[in-house]
Amino acid sequence: MSNSSSSQYSNYQNKVSHSRATSEPAWIRWVLIITTLLFLSLFLFVPLVAVFTEALRKGFDTYITALTDPDALSAIKLTLIAAAIAVPLNLVFGVAAAWAIAKFEFKGKSILITLIDLPFAVSPVIAGLIYVLIFGLQGWFGSYLSDHDFKVIFAIPGIVLATIFVTFPFIARELIPLMQAQGKDEEEAGLVLGASGWQILWRITLPNIKWGLLYGVILTNARAMGEFGAVSVVSGHIRGLTNTMPLHVEILYNEYNYSAAFAVASLLALLALVTLVLKSFVEWKVARNASNNEHNS
Amino acid sequence: MAKHKNVLPGFNLTLGYTLLYLSLIVLIPLSAAFIKTTELSFDEFWSVVTAPRVLASYKLTFGASLIGALINAVFGLLTAWVLVRYTFPGKKIIDALVDLPFALPTAVAGIALTAVYAGNGWLGSLLEPHGIKVAFTPIGVIIALTFIGLPFVVRTVQPVLEDLEAETEEAAASLGANRFQTFTKVILPTLWPALLTGFALAFARAIGEYGSVIFIAGNVPFVSEITPLIIITKLEQYEYSSATAIAVVMLVISFLLLFAINGLQWWATRRNGSSY
Repeated sequence: MSNSSSSQYSNYQNKVSHSRATSEPAWIRWVLIITTLLFLSLFLFVPLVAVFTEALRKGFDTYITALTDPDALSAIKLTLIAAAIAVPLNLVFGVAAAWAIAKFEFKGKSILITLIDLPFAVSPVIAGLIYVLIFGLQGWFGSYLSDHDFKVIFAIPGIVLATIFVTFPFIARELIPLMQAQGKDEEEAGLVLGASGWQILWRITLPNIKWGLLYGVILTNARAMGEFGAVSVVSGHIRGLTNTMPLHVEILYNEYNYSAAFAVASLLALLALVTLVLKSFVEWKVARNASNNEHNS
Repeated sequence: MAKHKNVLPGFNLTLGYTLLYLSLIVLIPLSAAFIKTTELSFDEFWSVVTAPRVLASYKLTFGASLIGALINAVFGLLTAWVLVRYTFPGKKIIDALVDLPFALPTAVAGIALTAVYAGNGWLGSLLEPHGIKVAFTPIGVIIALTFIGLPFVVRTVQPVLEDLEAETEEAAASLGANRFQTFTKVILPTLWPALLTGFALAFARAIGEYGSVIFIAGNVPFVSEITPLIIITKLEQYEYSSATAIAVVMLVISFLLLFAINGLQWWATRRNGSSY
């Protein structure tokens, strides 16, 4: 209740403070708005719409055929598998890293944070390359692996590893500032009341960070399912076996099978739109919680 | 803040796990690239990373990334301004869609941009009669790199613009500054760190980009071939050492950029007086 009336108040305040002296004439405002919309249309909206129109150009039946093709289905399955392994592993890492960094003081902390960010700075192609250097046939463990008949490169483990690498920092980066801001008073209170470390984690910390965690998971999942460059290097593009959805899109496209390529691409575009909706929802939820807390305190 | 002995459990476990996981997934594999390069003598390394075709690819990769990041700096600032200061129908949806390049797989972006900007595409067919070829030229590379860097500047500038106090602008206005002067002398200086950070992030992202570029670039050696593609081509020819040598050059540049960005962010938080 107090929330809605206060937002009305701040709207009112905005209107007053952005009066003539601190705002632009209407014609400048509209020129700027239209220029922005034009720019975003050329780069964002038109390509997005193109994915769906190209996918459906040859009719709905062709669309469905392209998606139910056995190679397409196995690509979808592999994409889901890679994400299902990469996301939980990076989730556990993110919580552990954020716990150590946010709740404790130690030397080299800022170096550690920078190192966690490293995968963002590495080209996806290089992310794939480094695993080839280690697990490839000529790599460090190449002969050992081939003696034991275990394939990493040009096989599913390589794809999973490359996916983990490119999505490595997302959850940790989301949680570290969040947990630093929350401090450790609540956890210490739990400890004083006799809770064990795991109880503190499950009953205090995780409920406190759940929205940030969800936000990180959403971003990680989107990147994991959509990764192309890194996965492309380690996959070997074996149809029906080591093709993820983005790689399947590439193969179909290079075979000039455009409508099938865009059909699979449209699934990934839908995933991107769902990601944006979820992301906006979490942001809205966090903003609402924050303003509620402000009013309660 | 008073320093007292930390009583919370789990420090050794979580820090140990963090370091182990970081080493296994990131640090050891990355060091493999640097160790592999030592197989080459310095002369061999130098001749690989300065071969004419490779030099041409640096020029394209860094040039197109720079132009893309500059376009994003200008239009990202404009987009952030419009989203923070004005109201218009559909604003919320547009705000959410700005993040599309983060969420859309790069391969999908690549084929979509190619379809739109190719000679028979919606926009390509409008441009080609005027002699502007976009797809399969360096302009196509710039378009793709602008696309993938688009959210960075908007998302770094937007929060700073939101936190800007109306009072300073009112003060400037009451002291007789016109709107343009207020913008260039009062608003822009506070936005600089965020703008630079966003620009550097977009630039760093663009130089490593592969998926969205290769479809629209046409990949003609010396003309529209980016450095990551050269690495892939060398790998496919089993020239692991030369592929790695070029990768090391790119890694070093990326790391330098990462440190520059961290420095910029530190400067930005210090300037905006955040309480840390």
